[in-house]
This record gives sequence, structure tokens and C-alpha cells, in this order.
Amino acid sequence: MNFSAPEPVQAGGRARRVDRLMTPVIMACGYSVILFVVMIFVFLGSEGFAALGEVPLGQLFAVRWYPIEAYFGLLPLIGGSLLVTFGAALFSVPVGVLSAVYIAEIAPRWMREILKPVIEILGGLPSVVLGFLGILVLSPFLRQLFNLPTGLTALAGSLLLGAIAIPTIVSVAEDALDSVPRSYRDASLALGATNWQTIWRVTLPAARSGVLTAVMLGIGRAIGETMTVMMVTGNAAVLPEGLGALFAPVRTLTATIAAEMGEVASGSVHYHVLFFIGIVLFLIALVVNVTASLLTQRRESRSERMLS
Amino acid sequence: MVNLALAWAEAYQPAHPEVTLSVTGGGSGTGISALISGTTDIANASRAIKAEELEAAHANGIEPLETVVARDAIAIIVHKDNPVSQLTLQQISDIYTGKLNNWAELGGEDRPIVRLSRETNSGTHVYFLETVLRMGDPASTLLFDPRTLLLPSSEGITSEVRDNPNAIGYDGLGYVTEDVKIIAVAATQADPYVLPSAASVSAGSYPISRDLYIYTNGQPQGALQAFVAWLLSAPAQQIVLDLGFVPVEE
Repeated sequence: MNFSAPEPVQAGGRARRVDRLMTPVIMACGYSVILFVVMIFVFLGSEGFAALGEVPLGQLFAVRWYPIEAYFGLLPLIGGSLLVTFGAALFSVPVGVLSAVYIAEIAPRWMREILKPVIEILGGLPSVVLGFLGILVLSPFLRQLFNLPTGLTALAGSLLLGAIAIPTIVSVAEDALDSVPRSYRDASLALGATNWQTIWRVTLPAARSGVLTAVMLGIGRAIGETMTVMMVTGNAAVLPEGLGALFAPVRTLTATIAAEMGEVASGSVHYHVLFFIGIVLFLIALVVNVTASLLTQRRESRSERMLS
Repeated sequence: MVNLALAWAEAYQPAHPEVTLSVTGGGSGTGISALISGTTDIANASRAIKAEELEAAHANGIEPLETVVARDAIAIIVHKDNPVSQLTLQQISDIYTGKLNNWAELGGEDRPIVRLSRETNSGTHVYFLETVLRMGDPASTLLFDPRTLLLPSSEGITSEVRDNPNAIGYDGLGYVTEDVKIIAVAATQADPYVLPSAASVSAGSYPISRDLYIYTNGQPQGALQAFVAWLLSAPAQQIVLDLGFVPVEE
């Protein structure tokens, strides 16, 4: 390493030895993350891709999931996960981003001091607790409100997942808004823009990459959530057709793995298919993450152009 | 069956401090998998071991030995306010395969039928598929309607049936609570409609009942043998009865 670090005040031999020791330790920690990801992917791949050899692709992408009779159609599960996550985003993105705007831009200081910890507490709630609330309170309420056959629906899952995603969205988006330089707002207000115009036209666009990251992190959190959706979505493997399916039961990828992994004989076709579901989930999460970083990078290059 | 195992362990443990009993739930398949991998001494199961599980056990050097320790009736349950109070096996099969979709077709109110079932990893699910949906016909390929809700726990089923007047569910009689309605079942239209109870299961008149098993690795030895023998004794079988299961006679 030959970057020029400022000279330490006390460049004693001991300090240098610690420095020499700590650098590789920290480096090893950093690299171990890469190692873990690679190992997880190798493990998932070695167990999951076997499914492709055992189940014809046509059967894997069919609409019937009933593994104990060798029906391995994944479409209803993929559809279920996407529908529940989309429903969660529909409700958590506006609420989350607007809450962040309120906390960062509008709320007086004392209000901010109350809101931030409360939202963090919401983020710390165990998902199984939310699931219980869902079964006992939310699903009977939804059934009566919309006169549904049952309240155990994708909508119940979406609302609870939204509640899980909101704290992530709020805290990351709030950080991003907070880091927009004070001078941007001052300049906008000085030009005669109202408070709302400043937020909507100046602060939010300036923080866009951070806000998008917040949204993607929230969505990622929602896709991977298991316990809550398993408890409240009814787990019926029906292919959702359109948004009306929000009012019907669905079965998600995560709930399927959680419900069935305990039962399968290790090494069986069903076992491999469950790992294949893990790969599908991994790929969905990857798409979300890559989209997020592409959006962020594009924003950076544009702002650089503007500044140069 | 986890209720029963817990009650047994609670009763047995104080008198035998020299042994340590710990009970884990999760479904028959979970227990049998644990026996196969050697992580448990006894697997309780509400269904007989499958051929492929037996094969896997042999491959691991495990010889599962089956003992019937109790019997269980599967109760069909609906909401308290549901006017339907008796069904034939054929009607229950038609409900779960999706042929019947409205309670009016069964003499009830004009309401959609919401079908509830345990998850596919439950021994009860497999038993229900074979005995009720397919009515014991091994050649039948009938399946649960895809709209059937698969709930991960008995509690999930009881709480939905308690709350939702459209719902029908099934569960071991030992799990059924006071606040739901039990349906009387007839094997065929010519047979009498019978409610599940210890008496009707022992007499063989209730059509949806099954044996509950424990599996050990070969003939149990030492402390394990004493425990298995105790399971079949009068005090243990009294616990079986108290929990709503049906005792086996020695």
C-alpha cells in the first residue's frame, strides 16, 4: 500500500506493529464476506440445479404445486411472492418516503426525537408477532370489510410486509434527505419557492439515489420475509391473475420453503426443487439489488456532469 | 401428536429424574427424518413410515420399529353458526376436491366454502388425502383443490374456523376446542351419521380414525425400553384419553 497517510503523532514501534497486524485482519474480514456469498451460492447451486435435471422445465413452470404427488409447478409461488411484494411496495413506498420527508424536512426537532425511535421500534418487532396480529385482528377485519370468503389473503400479507418494510425505507431515505446540503434549500427558498416546491423540486431530486436505495432495500426486505406471510396469506398455491388476486389467498416462495423443508427426505427431488426455489429467490433479490445500484450510479454520473 | 408427547414427558419425567426427555414438534416427517439421521431416540408419527423413508433409514443403518401407542379421530369442524351438522365421506371428498363450492349445495346458507387443511408435511394431511379425498382407493388420483388454504398449525385452523362462517377444516379430535362445531360423519349414505369420540372410534363406527405410532431404532433397550413399556400402561393411556385421543388396549 503506498497511499500517503498522515503521520501518526506517536509513531512508536508498538503502534506500527498493531497497524501491521490489524490491516490484514480487517482485510480478511472484508474478503470473508465475498467468500460467504460465493459459498452460499455454490451450495445453493449444487443442491438446486439438480432439480433441472430431475424435473422437466415444462413441469417446473407449470401451475400446479403439490409436491407430495410430484407436481412441482413454480408459477403460482413466483406469482404469489411478486404479488404480495408488489402490494407491500404499493403501500409502503409512499408512506415510507413521505414519512422520511416529514421527519427530515418538516417536523420540529422534538417531534423528530420521538418519531425516529418509534419507527426503529417498529423495525425491531419480530415478524411472528406481526403474524399473530394478522391472524387475530387484520384478517377477520379484512374479511368483514371487503366481504371476502376469507381474510387470509395476499392483501393481509402485503399490509404486514409493508409495515415491515416501512422502517427500512424511512431510516435510509431520511439519512439521504438529511445529507442534502443546507445551501440547496436556502438557495431554493431565496428564489421564492415555497416549502413544498423546495422539497419536491430540489431536496427530493438531490437525494434521489439514496431514496431509491431505501425503496429497493425495503422491497428486498419484503421479498425475503417468511414467517408473517406464512401465517396470514393462506398458502393456497393458486396462480394470481391480475390485481384482483390481492383479495384471494396466495402461496409465496419463502413460505413454501419454510413449510416444507422440515419434511423432505434429504436428496429427494422435492428437496432439490426447494433449493431451486432458493435460487429463484436469490435471483429476484439480485435483480432488485442490481437495479438499485444501476439507478444510483446513473444519478451520480449525472450530478457529476452538472457540477463540472 | 406433539400435545400427547408433551403430556407424556411431563408425567414421566418427575418419577424418572435419571432420564432426560425433550420433545420437539414439527410434523411426522420431521420426527422420522430425525430418527433417520440419528438425532432422536423416538419419533412420534401420526402416519406409518413411507417406503422411501424406510429405505433412507436402512441406508443410514437405522432399523425403525413401529409401535401403535394411541388412536386418533379426525374431526371435521365448521363455524358454530353453520347450520350444516352432518356430511357423508363422499360429500367431504367433493368439498375438498372442489366439486362443491357453496354451503347451499349441502343444505346450508348461501356462502362460499373456504377449505382449510394442514400443510403437506403433516401426517394428518396425508391421511386425510388417502382416507377422505380418495376414500381409501389406492388407484385414485384425486387432489386437494388448489384453492385449499394450507395452514402451518392446528391453531391456525381452529382460529380461522372459530372466526369464519365460510370455513371447513379438519384436525385431530384432541386439538378441537369447544368454540367450533363438530360434524357427524357417515361412511356412506346408508350408514348412520356418527360424531367422533373415544367410544365411536373404539367401536369402529366413526369412519375417519387412524393409529398413532412411535418409531424406535430396533428393539428399545434400557431406559428407552422402560419408557416405551410405560407408554402402553394404564396411566399413560389415561393421558391419551384425557387429551381427546383414543387409548389402545394391551
